[in-house]
Amino acid sequence: MANDVQGMVEKRGAGLWLTHVFMIFGVLVIFFPIWLAFVASTVSQADIVSPPMPLLPGDKFLENYSAALFSGVNVPVTTMLFNSLIMAIGIAVGKIVISLLSAFAIVYFRFPCRTMFFWMIFLTLMLPVEVRIVPTYEVVAGFGMLNSYGGLIFPLIASATATFLFRQFFLTIPDELAEAARVDGARPMRFFWDIVLPMSRTNIAALFVILFIYGWNQYLWPLLITTDPEMNTIVMGIKQMFPSGDDFANWPVILATSILAMIPPVIVVISMQRLFIRGLVDSEK
Amino acid sequence: MEKRVTFRGWLLPFLLIAPQVAISAIFFFYPAGQAIWQSLFIPDPFGLSSQFVGLGNFEFLLGDRYYRAAFGTTAIFSILVTVFSMIPALFLAVTADRLIKGSGVYRTMLIWPYAVAPAIAGVLWLFMFNTRVGVVSWYLGNLGYDWNHVLNGGEAMGLVAVASAWGRISYNFLFFYAALQAVPRSVIEAAAIDGARFWRRFFTIVLPLLSPTTFFLLVVNIVYSFFETFGVIHTITSGGPQQSTTILVYKVFSDGFVGQDLGSSSAQSVILLIVVGLLTIFQFKFIEKRVHY
Repeated sequence: MANDVQGMVEKRGAGLWLTHVFMIFGVLVIFFPIWLAFVASTVSQADIVSPPMPLLPGDKFLENYSAALFSGVNVPVTTMLFNSLIMAIGIAVGKIVISLLSAFAIVYFRFPCRTMFFWMIFLTLMLPVEVRIVPTYEVVAGFGMLNSYGGLIFPLIASATATFLFRQFFLTIPDELAEAARVDGARPMRFFWDIVLPMSRTNIAALFVILFIYGWNQYLWPLLITTDPEMNTIVMGIKQMFPSGDDFANWPVILATSILAMIPPVIVVISMQRLFIRGLVDSEK
Repeated sequence: MEKRVTFRGWLLPFLLIAPQVAISAIFFFYPAGQAIWQSLFIPDPFGLSSQFVGLGNFEFLLGDRYYRAAFGTTAIFSILVTVFSMIPALFLAVTADRLIKGSGVYRTMLIWPYAVAPAIAGVLWLFMFNTRVGVVSWYLGNLGYDWNHVLNGGEAMGLVAVASAWGRISYNFLFFYAALQAVPRSVIEAAAIDGARFWRRFFTIVLPLLSPTTFFLLVVNIVYSFFETFGVIHTITSGGPQQSTTILVYKVFSDGFVGQDLGSSSAQSVILLIVVGLLTIFQFKFIEKRVHY
């Protein structure tokens, strides 16, 4: 009987195969743009400019990728990859550090203006950098931080999502732990290092995955403040590789760069899938 | 909720909270204040002085044909992105949910595109539909359809919407899939015993149980299409042809940085700020409800 019911709910036999076929079809459709870009990054420009281009990889893999990595169009892709890496790690680590500290202060202390600060941070949840680009650009220019890592990183750290996450999490830490620490005469920072930080490990890791991707995939902000090709990040640098006039774009190199640009975040997502999903769900709550 | 046990002292918490408050003040509150302040002025063409115009910039914007058009474009664009990303995601999630084995593999295969930056997604889709070398546009041409998103505004809109929706399918899939897994097996099985077929079960039991997730995703996807799709539009169409893909965020950029019209750009920022504020309040209200669902 139990088996019969299960048979009604889950697919068996022909139905099961159909379900798999449907899923595989879905995956293939979703995958197609990436596959096509990969194929185009392994053939020559001549194969592409006389459509239709082949749908199976060619033999120019090494040629195109080394052209992209070591000479690029404006600047070698290795330089852009390095800039992106600094920016993504800077944003992820920066946000996590300042949020851990401020959440700890808000949860474990009573001090003047605490509520005011709390709301001040809360308000920053509301305004993505896209909305305040012109004045933020002026501030960064005023500090002389155009074309610098500081200019790339700091304005994007000003957001409250991580603070909220940590605050929520700290509130679930049993009071007995803080009580015990206080009775033992542990100073607040000792409690932070020995208890709070180790307990937050999973949250920190999950958040790191999300923030790394967020930082890596930034486009508008680096586009505005990095006028020097040496400071371009890879995601915004790709657009700069297109010729401005009517010329044919160097598609194999551009698409090789696109593939290179998606490898780090894809590795992070796939290899830390569980953390990634957790971070995604947490940061949207 | 508050902690009962807290530590004493006020200097330490001030020091702890200082970095975040400083960064928020410098890179958030000051620029936001500047945006509001600048929105009340019109700078002269040389940027030497500016004239106070009160709400003049706003009045001008609300009467401006192009700005109103950008509002309409944003509305159409966000509806398209939401529909294109949520419906395929729901289908895939429902299908994956019916599998006992192998759904994990599909999940891994499907979350890939989430990691692809919107700007890169733009490049990939531009390549497929490129008027000269694009594979898809070439096959469409063979079928007798002359694809040209460079000239045709409708096609341009369709392309940027699909390219923006593509990566979001992964995101929506994950949330739908998690919600489906949480639907109690016993309820489904009881309905099955009572003779309800799959589609009947889906519409009368599963879909209503999914409604909190659906509603949440609706809001999140609209916010996404408002703000995070800049890269897609900039790489594929740069807002064209004839501004047919110029959404509000793109207009803030093109008026402020390309057109150097700071007063108008700031006023647009302020209007967007209000829009985001309303969306955020809406979302928080909803999340309150979701807890009690």
